[in-house]
Amino acid sequence: MSVLVFVEASEGKFKKPAFEAVTYGAKIAAMLGVETHALCIDEADEAELRSLGDYGANKLWFVKNELFKNFDPLVFSKVIIQAEAQTNSDVLVLIQSYNGKAIAPVLAAKLRAGLVSGALDLPRIENNSFLVKKNVFSGKASATYEMHSAKKIISLMPNSIIPEKTVNNVELVELKPEIADTDFKIKIKEVVKASGTTTLSDAEIVISGGRGLKGPENWAMLEEMANILGGATACSRPVADIHWRPHTEHVGQTGIAIRPNLYIAIGISGAIQHLAGVNGSKVMVVINKDPEAPFFKAADYGIVGDALEVVPKLNEAFRKFKLGN
Amino acid sequence: MKILVCISKTPDTTTKVSFTDNNTKFNSDRVQFIINPYDEWYALVRAIEIKEKSNAHVTIMNVGGADNDVIIRKALAIGGDDAVRIDAEADDAFFVADQIAQFLKTEPYDIVFVGKETIDYNGSQVGGMIAGLLDLSFISLASKLDVDGNTATLERDIPGGKEIVTVQTPFVVSASKGMAEARIPNMRGIMAARTKPVKVLPAFASERLTSIKQYALPKEKAGPKMIPSDNPEELVMLLHNEAKVI
Ligand SMILES: Cc1cc2nc3c(=O)[nH]c(=O)nc-3n(C[C@H](O)[C@H](O)[C@H](O)COP(=O)(O)OP(=O)(O)OC[C@H]3O[C@@H](n4cnc5c(N)ncnc54)[C@H](O)[C@@H]3O)c2cc1C
Ligand SMILES: Nc1ncnc2c1ncn2[C@@H]1O[C@H](COP(=O)(O)O)[C@@H](O)[C@H]1O
Repeated sequence: MSVLVFVEASEGKFKKPAFEAVTYGAKIAAMLGVETHALCIDEADEAELRSLGDYGANKLWFVKNELFKNFDPLVFSKVIIQAEAQTNSDVLVLIQSYNGKAIAPVLAAKLRAGLVSGALDLPRIENNSFLVKKNVFSGKASATYEMHSAKKIISLMPNSIIPEKTVNNVELVELKPEIADTDFKIKIKEVVKASGTTTLSDAEIVISGGRGLKGPENWAMLEEMANILGGATACSRPVADIHWRPHTEHVGQTGIAIRPNLYIAIGISGAIQHLAGVNGSKVMVVINKDPEAPFFKAADYGIVGDALEVVPKLNEAFRKFKLGN
Repeated sequence: MKILVCISKTPDTTTKVSFTDNNTKFNSDRVQFIINPYDEWYALVRAIEIKEKSNAHVTIMNVGGADNDVIIRKALAIGGDDAVRIDAEADDAFFVADQIAQFLKTEPYDIVFVGKETIDYNGSQVGGMIAGLLDLSFISLASKLDVDGNTATLERDIPGGKEIVTVQTPFVVSASKGMAEARIPNMRGIMAARTKPVKVLPAFASERLTSIKQYALPKEKAGPKMIPSDNPEELVMLLHNEAKVI
């Protein structure tokens, strides 16, 4: 028995969700008294691969093969199943990322394994039942799932647990799956990367604007705040619908769901569909000229005032703070 | 070309969620149910747009009880040609996917559409599981889809951007925002939907791999700390010292 964690690197480097997933897997392995294996199908170099060991992986399986620059969930799940068989894993951990969302259900079907997607917490084992908590109703509630299958797959919501380093010596093992070019039925024609340094779903700080900002020209001050704090910008749905901002920035129940450490909502009323996508944020600041705006009820900190006056002053204060630190 | 659009029933987005039976059951009392928005706005509408261009046949698929017939009729009013309802309780993603996969074994389709996720259980599972069960290609989170003969070109969300891919039919695709513009059914569509065939099939033998033991509502917040608008420095200090997020 063992726990197998599938991690992805991005341009050869691991990001925080990978360390979270390995920490998570290692903790489950400790609970079950088994080993932790990690699997990486990417071009990360040895030092980078070893860094995963610091978070508790006993063995790290890596695949070096140019073909995997292509992404096809059927092929990726084939490789994961090969690692699963070699490590005799009963619990598989993935990350609830774009690719994780594509691979996990394919893998679950092939292994006839129960899947909890977007887990928020470590599983609990109570009277032989294996329980995992996740958000449901777009964050309006949470639910504890019981997993009945022998094999279990959990895909972990990023930013749900804190990565923890341990003293550990990881063993690297190369896995050489028998995969041919023709196994990839999905062909990538082109990759279009949006500008901007931090992507919204990874961002720890998100500065978001609503219709209260009056027009797209007023987003410069939000972008400035995001720059000062090293965050990303987001918006409410109507703002994307009227093309003040790109659709990729729309957060909420029908947009992207985010869980940053800090969410600053400026000129957003706080409709239930908007809150559904952002209420996983650790701390929420609301700036609105209407003291009755529903968003204040969900906020940790609030400022009543005109965004066009408050935001420039707040930017000044953030800048001073950053210079002093 | 034959297109299957899988639709799920979800509580309306404005629903105030509550539970009964010691937080073990969703309280559906006075809840308005709708077609899951990703299924209706994006998957279904795109399927109908393809049909309008290339003479495809669009079948609506739902796993659920007779109370789902309302949403099935609405999907037919928007433009589906016929529907199949597999009469079983949809309470586990694997079970639902296995029902649809077994149906597809008896009657193959060229494109199987699902939504990105249901807005109630937020699984993002059923589509990938159908693909896994049948060894079909799965393109997840697609925001664009065009078909030309047997070849489809799709745009798929990736971190910080999009990936443009091609794939041959048959395949499974999960639709995310951007794939189409929502349509409102017109009177003619609603009238026509009344006589479109809805086939009800008994459930296929399968198993449920997960179940929900307990629900919980988030803790109520105590109410925000208000900061005067002329003192943004105070907010900065609170975010640093108290909330520790900057
Ligand atoms: C099925 C469905 C799904 C939906 N999904 C989403 C979703 O995913 N995401 C989403 O965001 N919405 C969604 N909505 C829309 C949602 O219901 C709200 O309409 C929307 O969130 C409102 O956007 P807003 O707060 O920017 O605009 P408004 O509601 O117009 O609010 C503007 C706010 O700005 C304040 N304001 C005005 N001027 C100023 C100023 N000078 N300074 C400071 N504050 C000011 C106002 O007091 C007000 O509170 C959905 C709706 C439906 C029906
Ligand atoms: N009971 C169901 N019947 C038909 N299709 C479903 C059902 N449940 C989910 N689906 C489809 O699978 C998609 C993803 O659902 P989920 O995996 O539950 O998030 C939905 O958007 C639907 O297209």
